[in-house]
Amino acid sequence: MYGYILKRFISLVFVVLGVSIIIFFMVRLIPGSALEMYLGTQVEATPKQMEELKVIFGEDKPVLVLYGEWLSRIIRGDFGCSLRTSRPVLPDILSRLPLTLELSFFALCFSVLIGIPLGILSSRKQNPFMGLVIRISGLLGLSIPQFFLAILFVMFFSSFKGWIPMGTYISLLKNPILNLKMFFFPSLALGGGLAAVIMRFTRYNILEVTLMDYIRTARSKGVSEKNILIKHVLKNALLPVITVLGFNAGYLMGGAIVIEEVFALPGMGRLVLYAIYQRDYPLLQGIVLIITVFFVLINFFTDILYVYIDPRIRYE
Amino acid sequence: MKHFYLKINKNHVAFVGLLIILFYVFIAIMGIFWTPFDPLEMNFKEMLQPPCFKTRHFMGTDQFGRDTLSRIIYGSRISLSVSFSATLIAATFGILMGIWAGFLGGIYDNIIMRINDIIFSFPPLLLAIFIMGVLGENTYNVIIAIGIVYIPQFARISRAAILAIKNLEFVDAALAIGGTRNRILFKHLLPNIIPSLIVQISLCLSLGILLESSLSFLGLGVQPPFPSWGSMLGDARRFIIIAPWSSIFPGITIFLIVIGFNLLGDGLRDILDPRLKNVR
Repeated sequence: MYGYILKRFISLVFVVLGVSIIIFFMVRLIPGSALEMYLGTQVEATPKQMEELKVIFGEDKPVLVLYGEWLSRIIRGDFGCSLRTSRPVLPDILSRLPLTLELSFFALCFSVLIGIPLGILSSRKQNPFMGLVIRISGLLGLSIPQFFLAILFVMFFSSFKGWIPMGTYISLLKNPILNLKMFFFPSLALGGGLAAVIMRFTRYNILEVTLMDYIRTARSKGVSEKNILIKHVLKNALLPVITVLGFNAGYLMGGAIVIEEVFALPGMGRLVLYAIYQRDYPLLQGIVLIITVFFVLINFFTDILYVYIDPRIRYE
Repeated sequence: MKHFYLKINKNHVAFVGLLIILFYVFIAIMGIFWTPFDPLEMNFKEMLQPPCFKTRHFMGTDQFGRDTLSRIIYGSRISLSVSFSATLIAATFGILMGIWAGFLGGIYDNIIMRINDIIFSFPPLLLAIFIMGVLGENTYNVIIAIGIVYIPQFARISRAAILAIKNLEFVDAALAIGGTRNRILFKHLLPNIIPSLIVQISLCLSLGILLESSLSFLGLGVQPPFPSWGSMLGDARRFIIIAPWSSIFPGITIFLIVIGFNLLGDGLRDILDPRLKNVR
């Protein structure tokens, strides 16, 4: 198992390196260099002045050397300075990280709390009508765009506006109740789609496990239906859900961009949009790098957790 | 193929999904020739009018007095063509990469799939936003961005499918009668993995529509004055309290076509993987 973890870790390092290469070189693809963007359209620099500017910004070296320097600065925690505010990028990003993480976390909680019980309910044959209703709502939940759901929430619950503080972030430690109120609708909108995914996946797994021989054996030796469900079916059917959760954590962090925009929450998502509208490339690179590394790490830990929990899986 | 068509006809879920999608395609084609009003012309006498039969604005008007229904019809052409083109890009590159990786194996497999792993490790919406931010906001770049985002899924699925069949006897037989590598790959192997790709194509089309509308919603996709469903929703959002119709109708439009694709996808999965059919 340690061999597997080591192998998985090496591939993690490679992926993170690849991600950094893409993030670095993508920005070099911009029509017109970042320096011209920095100057704006108001001034025009002569070629000689451009050269001087390149020396000042350290841009006069070969591209691979620039990448090496960039990477070594990133590893030391220096993400560069914003082109607009000239402040270091990293503190700005980190100050916004808690909101996005909290939003994604609550969305994940909602989707599990809604998805798994409904998935179990819909797979029971005792109440086919109930199952049908749950399945249809699962299809609807899967199909509704997150931003549309968020807008519907804003529309129907706009009378709650005084109830929910808009546009500011109140930390969980400072005022827990207000914090939870603030995150209720946004995380419900963000987690709704995932709840449908989890519900359908749970249902599918339960139905598949129910076909197994050992369930028939359990039934024929007289185990009650309740015990079969709890001890035999769920134990095996819910394990793969962990992988789906880990995999979707990153989708949530991406989806948070849209949700933050609709609910005017000052998180990473709005910062990334600001960075794009302002053409602030160091900021953009920093945010994309941090969110993606988070995503990669979450998947890494899910994989390891999965091997740890499920003794049947032993990777080479 | 005829067999396949009969099965779709029998599977009501897939059939309803297909009908919804065909309806949208019809609307999109109709929009080339006729829309109730001019979708781009502003009319400041009729700003934010509610839906009404008398004024013939069946879905009301937006903040510039443009007819919402006309814009939805016009926008369906844009949204559908972006999604279809992006899926075409993703499928072409993804399938080519996947079948080469699976067939050749070894170092080629490693290189191709590691590149795909790297693209796959970005959250999709974030990668699309990043690409749009770098390339600049216009419709062609939306297609490129969405296409790139969904390449790895096609690559993984087609690689796995090729691996499952490449050691079967008919491949040996084809080799024995002197089939070249390309001939075996494209004439013998590719047709055999198409069924597993069809579900992925239907999924990618619906994800493409969702991603396009998310980008346009954020103002990073299709640029004004041209409507896409997402950008209509994004623009109308500021008037949500006084003119809810101009947000709700585009939203429902996206909702409905995604339902169509999901129904089709579910049905196709039942047809192609009949193992769980009886318990459903």
